[in-house]
Amino acid sequence: METFDLLMQGFSTAATPINLLYAFIGVLLGTAVGVLPGIGPAMAVALLLPVTYSLEPTSAFIMFAGIYYGGMYGGSTTSILLNTPGESSTVITAIEGHKMAKSGRAAQALATAAIGSFVAGTIGTALLVAFAPVVVDFAVSLGDPSYLAIIVLALIAVTAVLGGSKLRGFSALGIGLAIGLVGADPVTGQQRLIFGQPLLVDGLDIVVVAVAIFAVGEALWIAAHLRRKPMQTIPVGRPWMGKQDWKRSWKPWLRGTAYGFPFGALPAGGAEIPTFLSYVTEKKLSKHPEEFGHGAIEGVAGPEAANNASAAGTLTPMLALGLPTNATAAVMLAAFIQFGIQPGPLLFDSEPQLVWALIASLFIGNTLLLLINLPLAPVWAKLLQLPRPYLYAGILFFATLGAYAVNLQTFDLVILLLLGLLGFAMRRYGLPVLPLVIGLILGPRAEESLRTSLQLSAGNISGLWSEPVAVVVYIIVALVLLAPLALKVIHRRRPESVLLGNIPQAPGETAATDDDGSVANGDANGDNDSDNDNDKDHDKDTGSVLPEHAGSSGGGPAEPAGRHRSDEIQNERERS
Amino acid sequence: MSIVVGYIPTPEGEAALERAISEAASAKAPLVVVNSTRGDVFVDQRFVQSDAAQALDSRLAASGVEHILLQPMGGNDAADEVLDAAETHRADLIVIGLRKRTPVGKLIMGSTAQRILLQAECPVLAVKA
Repeated sequence: METFDLLMQGFSTAATPINLLYAFIGVLLGTAVGVLPGIGPAMAVALLLPVTYSLEPTSAFIMFAGIYYGGMYGGSTTSILLNTPGESSTVITAIEGHKMAKSGRAAQALATAAIGSFVAGTIGTALLVAFAPVVVDFAVSLGDPSYLAIIVLALIAVTAVLGGSKLRGFSALGIGLAIGLVGADPVTGQQRLIFGQPLLVDGLDIVVVAVAIFAVGEALWIAAHLRRKPMQTIPVGRPWMGKQDWKRSWKPWLRGTAYGFPFGALPAGGAEIPTFLSYVTEKKLSKHPEEFGHGAIEGVAGPEAANNASAAGTLTPMLALGLPTNATAAVMLAAFIQFGIQPGPLLFDSEPQLVWALIASLFIGNTLLLLINLPLAPVWAKLLQLPRPYLYAGILFFATLGAYAVNLQTFDLVILLLLGLLGFAMRRYGLPVLPLVIGLILGPRAEESLRTSLQLSAGNISGLWSEPVAVVVYIIVALVLLAPLALKVIHRRRPESVLLGNIPQAPGETAATDDDGSVANGDANGDNDSDNDNDKDHDKDTGSVLPEHAGSSGGGPAEPAGRHRSDEIQNERERS
Repeated sequence: MSIVVGYIPTPEGEAALERAISEAASAKAPLVVVNSTRGDVFVDQRFVQSDAAQALDSRLAASGVEHILLQPMGGNDAADEVLDAAETHRADLIVIGLRKRTPVGKLIMGSTAQRILLQAECPVLAVKA
């Protein structure tokens, strides 16, 4: 009952005209960035962060929440009408959605996506209301060792479970943790990684780093690949659904929600896995299995519900624990820090007005999104005709303005450019951006928990697993790392994969993987239990990466390998 | 010796193409169809996609004129591409489509047609939809 009262108070804050206006701006911007491939809610929030300094934190977060939910709606429009996912979470939608559009059922596909997103978003947000306080009650009882273990789990899970290549994931995580280390040591005041630059003593501003990696990196990448063959959207009228479509959609919506929320709430959930699971389930359960592959409405309804429910799920650990599980949540956490609000389990106690207004605004934003997306989806698709040079010039302008506005230092612009080049290089070599951002945000917090735990145990390392929760979480970490290893061992037994593994390796490549392996081990410093397994896992990991390398360098025509590589890079990029 | 036509899948473009086909047939000159894009947008409704391009090709073949379909993606303006094609194919005539504009519309929008009219080395036939 207390929760309900708090939620109602949240509604009264969120429903003031000014906050409604920000919610509206948020959902408009969110839909726009969702529609445009390559630009996601994470980038939009990072760019807007400096602009929102003068706002009330509540208004700013209401806008950010609108952007976050809006991105999920917008992405499906592009997936259905263009067969290019607007967001990584709508990749699956494109499979059936575009087929439906091609056979003249674009209106129904858009309608089931929008209404399904609304249903799932509303149920997901209600689940967030129900579960977040429970998680908070549990979390406030946790000590630093447990908290450290959970952070380690989040770091490892995001890196090892998501993304194609663990090696690249751990490399990106390493870069993120290193960037997070820059500045004065919080305990001893020792200066780390500042290269004699007094301006670096305070550390790198998270806003500058996020803007550089998301916005500048992406803009440089687009500039390097500016000319592409344009595509055509499928013309469509106002989205609508017939009785039959409703009948076939409502069950997939609910099942998609059931997949999406828990996966979103898990540290390595994201929206990709539940959308895929939902698609597979609908394919199995459908009464019209023959339609799958030719535009089955269930294949749009389920995944679209799953990705919105997972968006709500993601907010549960973000608000209740201060743990981000995707890029947008990570940037929103950075925003909390910028506004001087300490994220973590105490957030619900220290800032109840902000948190509940944010949650209430999710309900409002979701309704607004349905209203602006259902009739206007074809209008949003027109955004795709915007020339990229104008778009990215605007993004670079905002990025530069934002980075300068943080501290009014020219030095920040240099940092912005350097890290922008890093972001470009990461896209070029297929390194995922997500582990970097999560590492950057969680690295300093992990360090704090580690130092506090060790201080409490007087430097005794066993203090790290002095709490039962910590032990359990470390076991889960070990399982996360061991499960792929076990699968690999089973695969190794098959002769052909052994053969694949024995394909000659170029000496340079072996050296490179060794280097990266050691970096990754350094990251997993905290968990002694699984250190060994970690090592082994990396050996296997190199085994799995190498055949691909061997294939690409092994004589044959460079073209297919190049295409494979660009596909992979594209995938990684979209995932961020 | 050829006729160059700037084509986009709109009423203006269709009118220009039809007129150009009949001009080419009566002059017995080869027809160069230019359909260009700057290639810097995700979606360009004026760019003819491969299946539509095939349909266009067979339509030209059915009309019996000798033809080439050019689809440059060099990042240049459509006017530049048409003028380039006219120069390389030594055009006798350029055919373009014009849309009706209000005086205010003319003031705001830079016109591809205007550039072709002013810069072309050969006669330009402007067809209204």
